[in-house]
Amino acid sequence: MSTSSVTPLWEVFIRPRNGLAHRHCGSLHAADAQMALQAARDVYTRRGEGQSIWVVPSSNIVASDPSASAAFFDPADDKIYRHPTFYDIPDDVGHM
Amino acid sequence: MYSQGLNESNLASAETPEFLAEFQARIDADEKIEPNDPMPQAYRQTLIRQIGQHAHSEIVGMLPEANWLTRAPTLRRKTALLAKVQDEGGHGLYLYSAAETLGISREQMTEELLAGKAKYSSIFNYPTLSWADMGAIGWLVDGAAIMNQVPLCRCSYGPYARAMVRICKEESFHQRQGYELMISLCNGTTAQKDMAQDSLNRWWWPSLMMFGPSDSDSLHSDQSRLWKIKRFTNDELRQKFVDATVKQAQHLGLEIPDPQLAWNENKNDGAGGYDFGEIDWDEFWRVVKGHGPLNRERIAARTKAWEEGAWVREAALAYAEKQKSANTDPNNLAQKVS
Repeated sequence: MSTSSVTPLWEVFIRPRNGLAHRHCGSLHAADAQMALQAARDVYTRRGEGQSIWVVPSSNIVASDPSASAAFFDPADDKIYRHPTFYDIPDDVGHM
Repeated sequence: MYSQGLNESNLASAETPEFLAEFQARIDADEKIEPNDPMPQAYRQTLIRQIGQHAHSEIVGMLPEANWLTRAPTLRRKTALLAKVQDEGGHGLYLYSAAETLGISREQMTEELLAGKAKYSSIFNYPTLSWADMGAIGWLVDGAAIMNQVPLCRCSYGPYARAMVRICKEESFHQRQGYELMISLCNGTTAQKDMAQDSLNRWWWPSLMMFGPSDSDSLHSDQSRLWKIKRFTNDELRQKFVDATVKQAQHLGLEIPDPQLAWNENKNDGAGGYDFGEIDWDEFWRVVKGHGPLNRERIAARTKAWEEGAWVREAALAYAEKQKSANTDPNNLAQKVS
């Protein structure tokens, strides 16, 4: 089988209802965007799981490298002053 | 699920003892392994084999039930069965996608199935001879599948675990519709109840075989448990299934076709459980090795579907290609912008 006959892969994102973000729920194969949307509807929203669907060609997703994640996310590791709990506020001030 | 974004350099991780120990430590800490993570080659291959087999089982599993779609006795039963068979197709898709994140294509997996290199669950090599089989399959076959699959929701490989969560939610509908169908038959005429009993007689032992060889003969169990791909042994799951199902059969007024079935209060660490007879392992291996009642028909049906669908796949791709070149035509582009 030649590689040109492989049907492309798409990633599917679904918004369960308005007010929530689209969330990755799986992937599927489809020849074009319209067929990808229809297949996503048929496979991933068969029981009212969604109000809106995004499909994205998987090849267009750029991912960070897991084997380099320690170095990649390192800049945030020592910045505990970015968290609200870093700051002491007297109890009698109340909730802040 | 990101398969085309696979970082090729990670495919062949250097498997030093340190690397393997580090990987095992991640597993022991209950960390999930994700697609691009470094992993031992054997872990990857075990998952490709298991998820692939699982996906094939879902797809081949559509055939025995499709056999009765046009002959369902009522519209209610027909729509339910149709929805169930559609679900199985979806389950196959989720699982193929999960396997694809490990660097194998769906086309490759399909070819391995059609060439007889990849296995699928032996249960689907048995024929569906009566309408009651639609009930027995939902109740027993999907029931056994749920027993197997619920622990897989906690599998160490993220994409497989996530696919299983979706699948288990849907399997529950399958089992309930099957059991309800059995209730209807058992509350019906004598002929209907006999049909239900006959169906149980034929599906009981193959359902027990679904859990695979006994622990003492299982090739892959130990390593799979160490890697937290499997959480329970075949025999543990089989016992759970028997214990859960006997009560359901009693409720239907049906008899489990096993003269050695007996309550044993000492089983399951004193909680009690059922002793049951020896499985016919010769039959099990015969069917696994391709000599079951319908092995050839099932593969022939899949081959026919794959070959007869080829022109559709090609036409869809050709159309997509044509649209793409039309969209890059400067005249078309101008139209779009304006």
